[in-house]
Amino acid sequence: MTAPSSDLALEIIELNKAFGGLKVTQGVSLSIRPGERRLIIGPNGAGKTTLFNQISGDMRPNSGRIRLFDEDVTTLAPYQRAHRGLSRTYQIITLFAGDTLEHNVTLGLLGLLPSRWQMWRPLSSYRHLAEDARRTLDSVGLLHLADHPVSELAYGEKRRLELAMAMAQKPRVLLLDEPLAGLSDNERGTVKSLIASIPKEVTVVMIEHDMDTALDLAETVTLLNYGRVIVDGERDTVIADERTREVYLGA
Amino acid sequence: MKWIASAVFAAVALWLPFFVGDFYINLASQIFIAAIFALSLNLLVGFGGMTSLGHASYLGVAAYVSALMTSRYGFGHGTAALISILGTVAMAAFFGVIALRATGLGFLMITLALSQVLWGLAYRMSDVTNGDNGITGLTRPAPFGISLDSAASFYWFALVVAIIAFVMMAIFVSSSFGSSLKGVRDQPRRMAALGFNPWMIRWITFVYAGFWGGVAGLLYVYYNKYIHPTSLSTTSSAEALLGVIAGGSGTLAGPAVGAAIVLLLKNYASAYVERWNMLLGVVFLFIVLVMPTGIVPGLQQLAARFRGRWS
Amino acid sequence: MQFWIIQGLNSLSLGGLLFLLSSGFSLIFGLMRLANLTHGAFFMLGTYLGAVALRAYSGLNIWVTAIGAGIIVAALGGLFERLVLTRLKTNPLGQVLVTLGMSFIISDACLVLWGGDSIPVPTPHNLQAPTRLFGFAFPTYRLALVGVAVSAAIVLYILIDRTRLGAMIRAGVDDRQMARAVGIPVSRLFTLVFCLGAGVAGAAGVLGGPILSAYPGLDADMLPLALIVVILGGIGSLFGAFIGSFIIGFIYTFGTMVPDLGYIILFLPMIVVIAFRPQGLFGRLSA
Repeated sequence: MTAPSSDLALEIIELNKAFGGLKVTQGVSLSIRPGERRLIIGPNGAGKTTLFNQISGDMRPNSGRIRLFDEDVTTLAPYQRAHRGLSRTYQIITLFAGDTLEHNVTLGLLGLLPSRWQMWRPLSSYRHLAEDARRTLDSVGLLHLADHPVSELAYGEKRRLELAMAMAQKPRVLLLDEPLAGLSDNERGTVKSLIASIPKEVTVVMIEHDMDTALDLAETVTLLNYGRVIVDGERDTVIADERTREVYLGA
Repeated sequence: MKWIASAVFAAVALWLPFFVGDFYINLASQIFIAAIFALSLNLLVGFGGMTSLGHASYLGVAAYVSALMTSRYGFGHGTAALISILGTVAMAAFFGVIALRATGLGFLMITLALSQVLWGLAYRMSDVTNGDNGITGLTRPAPFGISLDSAASFYWFALVVAIIAFVMMAIFVSSSFGSSLKGVRDQPRRMAALGFNPWMIRWITFVYAGFWGGVAGLLYVYYNKYIHPTSLSTTSSAEALLGVIAGGSGTLAGPAVGAAIVLLLKNYASAYVERWNMLLGVVFLFIVLVMPTGIVPGLQQLAARFRGRWS
Repeated sequence: MQFWIIQGLNSLSLGGLLFLLSSGFSLIFGLMRLANLTHGAFFMLGTYLGAVALRAYSGLNIWVTAIGAGIIVAALGGLFERLVLTRLKTNPLGQVLVTLGMSFIISDACLVLWGGDSIPVPTPHNLQAPTRLFGFAFPTYRLALVGVAVSAAIVLYILIDRTRLGAMIRAGVDDRQMARAVGIPVSRLFTLVFCLGAGVAGAAGVLGGPILSAYPGLDADMLPLALIVVILGGIGSLFGAFIGSFIIGFIYTFGTMVPDLGYIILFLPMIVVIAFRPQGLFGRLSA
């Protein structure tokens, strides 16, 4: 079965997922072009993070397909998708709290390298990894904290670090799960400009449940509710659509 | 600081047989064996975050295979050791696949169940294992023609093996693989998202830990010249686990210290207290309730507080 | 033919005993997320108590003894839970280790109190004569055991599924924090369930006496069987424990007829189930 080659970065076809009787994803289909900035919005419980979990491979859908740059990745494990250019941040901070910032980023860099299997040279001897890590930290303004443990970081700084780790792998598709959640106005500005500065070649898909905060970062918007795609299209069209108002006013 | 301590330790260890009698030399040999065993378990517990209650399987199987190969099938020690280690590693590979279908408590239960089945087999397959009588009359190897029958010569042999084991495990732990292992212990989902294969990392560690458990088993059977099903028992696994926890699973040397303490306790206590098992149970309760992070971290904390008071 | 019938009944009665043992384990694991490694020792303690009592007082009713021993073991379990386990709420590994330590303490205490020899337990007089059905003779006591196990299963089912207490237990299993939030006294529930599990194990120990005898190491023989049953049947599922117990009862009885390697046969269903369904046949929780 040769599917017609498409030029989509991420294609989701009729995705379905249910937990027992609870349907969390119902017939979701998305087409995301390379370099696009897509925002996925919806009230709490709409199934946004569950959708992300299926895209990243943390959850298996009951039916449907997921294609990453025309390759079917539906049955691939999360680490295999990472090797195909998929990167993701999480809603809850999942950094290595007891380790330094440099170590965190170094791990991020190591994940795609063959030397991650190597058992006889100390990690600290990989000088170029350390340099790359520091360079990455510098690009998000955290170099001065490179040798501090992550536990000492402020919440906003942790978010920036997460972003840095995701970007360090030079992904083709970046999934950001509520990157602005819980940030103060100041911190939000910093993180937003970081997201805005992501290279154009990288496809960015973002989840936010607060519509206003992330809108100016998005080109296209998908509105999810009860696991279904309600509206999908150019940002301004979706905002103007009365179904969008309904969902949010009703929520 | 760590290098000074290691150097002092090495110096003392090297010259020990010239200063103390056979009883203490033998005790020290046993400590080395227990230390290697505890260190191998700690690869799983402390660095891998996988608590196993079946580690005695690897010690016991290696010991039994060596015993059988030499006493019953007439193999030389070198070949027997090779077959022993290969067999133990193969078993670890197989058990790892089964046990790693679960994590946490499920993993613990599966390792316990697997090791108990082995223990039961050791008792019941008396045609092969001699059951409750164990296998006696074994010999020690003579590497490069050097006899290990004297207490001192075995001691130095065990010391060399222990140093090699310690160094190799230290290298393993600080390598990139070791860092990925610790990462998987702390944040498995994040590691998977970054491109690491958590299952494979855990499985490889499981097999490597089984390898060193087997090495400890060979030393064990060479030292005792005897093997009995109790070496495969949960008590045996539990003693190692107690050593790891008492010494502190977060450090590399901690489990070795803990294993030494457990062994000394066992030796001295059995002179005064008949019930070692009961004492072991009480010590477990005590350590877990009072010193959950272990003795070595506890001492480190005390030292830090002392330094704080002096400055 | 008679032989196979007897073996079949032996399997059923062993399965029944295993169910009584592992139902407690499964409940404790399901609600408290605790792998109670003391469970084998609780069983053994019951067997010893029953053995001593029944040999000392020949007129003693075994069912009453079972209940009595069950209460004693339950009390011991409750003390342990209150004094030790509650202090380790944040240390699940520590909890498992203390149950291991406790099992060493209990098993060694039995050794001290009652010596190293196996103590056979007399089958109750009124159940010694075989029952004749369909032309075959069935050892009556084993029949009674199966009956007791099935009754216990029904009682437990009603307790868990149909009473308010059971509803609270199920709520606690599903979502501990939520249960607390709606006012369910979770820590008292934990103590109650632990006592219940320990008590049933102790009572089962008494009932197992005539078949197994009281001997040092009984705990180490029974605990892995309970573990295998729970792994096989699925954690948190009483029904799974029921089915698993009888499967293991059959495999163990027929397997150990084969000398030497028969014991390996216990491995196989566990490995097969773990390979294809790691959550067990009927499990709802992942470990």
